[in-house]
Amino acid sequence: MTDQEQALLAARPDYAAIGQWVDRGARVLDLGCGDGSLLRYLWQVRQAPGYGVEIDDSRVLACVANDVNVLQVDLESGLSLFADGSFDTVVLSLTLQAMRHQEAILREMLRVGREVIVSFPNFGHWSARVQVMLGRMPVSETLPYEWYDTPNLHHCTITDFEDLCRKLGVRIRERLVLHQGKPVTLMPNLLGSLAVYRCTAS
Amino acid sequence: MNAPHDPTSVGAVTAQMAHFDAPIRLRSGASLPAYDIAYETYGELNAQKSNAVLVCHALNASHHVAGYYANDQSNVGWWDNLVGPGKPLDTRRFFVVGTNYLGSCFGSTGPASTNPATGKPWGADFPVVTVEDWVEAQARLAERLGIERFAAVIGGSLGAMQAMQWTLSYPDRVRHSIVVASAPKLTPQNIAFNEVARQAIMTDPDFHGGHYYEKGVVPVRGLRIARMIGHITYLSGEAMAEKFGRLLRRGALGFDFGTDFEVESYLRYQGDKFSSYFDANTYLRITKALDYFDPAADFGGDLSAAMARAKAAFLVVSFKSDWRFTPARSREMVKALLDNRKIVSYLEIDAPGGHDAFLLEDPRYHNGLRAYFASIDL
Repeated sequence: MTDQEQALLAARPDYAAIGQWVDRGARVLDLGCGDGSLLRYLWQVRQAPGYGVEIDDSRVLACVANDVNVLQVDLESGLSLFADGSFDTVVLSLTLQAMRHQEAILREMLRVGREVIVSFPNFGHWSARVQVMLGRMPVSETLPYEWYDTPNLHHCTITDFEDLCRKLGVRIRERLVLHQGKPVTLMPNLLGSLAVYRCTAS
Repeated sequence: MNAPHDPTSVGAVTAQMAHFDAPIRLRSGASLPAYDIAYETYGELNAQKSNAVLVCHALNASHHVAGYYANDQSNVGWWDNLVGPGKPLDTRRFFVVGTNYLGSCFGSTGPASTNPATGKPWGADFPVVTVEDWVEAQARLAERLGIERFAAVIGGSLGAMQAMQWTLSYPDRVRHSIVVASAPKLTPQNIAFNEVARQAIMTDPDFHGGHYYEKGVVPVRGLRIARMIGHITYLSGEAMAEKFGRLLRRGALGFDFGTDFEVESYLRYQGDKFSSYFDANTYLRITKALDYFDPAADFGGDLSAAMARAKAAFLVVSFKSDWRFTPARSREMVKALLDNRKIVSYLEIDAPGGHDAFLLEDPRYHNGLRAYFASIDL
């Protein structure tokens, strides 16, 4: 692993899990792809070619500079550019909580991809619970924004997300819960700050 | 007197002419026995001949893409803000070729050229030319220049249609296609605007069925109106409102049919300027070339099937305020490329300039092109 990859995985611990769940040579669609670093990482470690979707001008530019295929379209209007089943894996990393229509995007992801990978900050983590109990919106490493400048619209806990998956008929294949980059197995909804799911249609 | 030295300008340039004796068969079935193609080049072709970029022009432009003419320094190339040393299309790295399409009035063989069969100007007898025909002629020029494969072909609007067509006519001879502010075919609304422009020209009493050169007249009125209609569609409503508002030319309403509003004055000025240098027969032909472009037509309207043979990587760019070729039209193109698993990136720039935004210097747009060109391996 290069220094660059190590630094990337330290900053984004969900990437290592995503990397393991993407098959070699798989076709990947990364929704809310930021500067394209996940797609670059997946290309390096899995030779998985892909496209990113991103709306923010400066991030789109970073993708072009990173030589990552990027499509500047709004996820909220759906994935109409993409044909049914045209990807092996569709990734939504740390973006679900910033969207308006969670159900719609999950349905769309399952339409265009064989597998979907979703990661989000767990609002059920004890530090968030304590801060709310003390009367304030939580600010932490995984929830780094003040309530008035956050891009996040719909926070959820691990339990909430799994309820939604049940409601939508989404089958959870694997789950990895992390805190400060390390796996959490005991009481994940309380001790985990970051959740990563690998799902398929049931 | 020399202009102040601008290190990002390619400087003084010279137009060149390539003469071709082998006939070119056109899509219409007609052919031209011999023809000239006007072109300019900037930068140096590298030893591997891997750094050539073809710039295709749109409606009223020419092969004069960048720099200026030593004897006419105010005549600056139409895409000078993009092409030059240190500019997004960096001439220190790339060998840039601008060509003038067949049927033009700026140097390449066109309706005002002499028809060898009659010794008189072609006029109305000059054939209808298409995007495919232009690409064919450009390919022959590329051979003449020793360019086997372009690193990229780029254009905006009608120029972008040529950049698309290159990937279909010569899939192995273009590595990157950069398609800006364009569409895979015109809508009926687009064609309708073109038809009004053509009718304006053809009903001008000075048009003489296209044989006006020998009468010593120019259908100026028709050309003016054609250009005024065009200009309305190039600007967004927002850009027009910002530029002119309802400003009055004479400070108060005139209660006559002079120019009350600034926007009227602007359109008249643009119409006058255009009709003083542009050829009406050329205008008729380029609007037809726009109308006829439809690579999906041979595939039952299936653009995805049409794009299957392309091998290039694509960058597609649209502008949100462009209502002539809306972002939705660019996304049709992107979808067809995705259906074929082609390499493609798509930028949708929130610039206010309308269709003309492709000629302007929005930093998001130019930085995107700069980053894309920088990522092209030589």
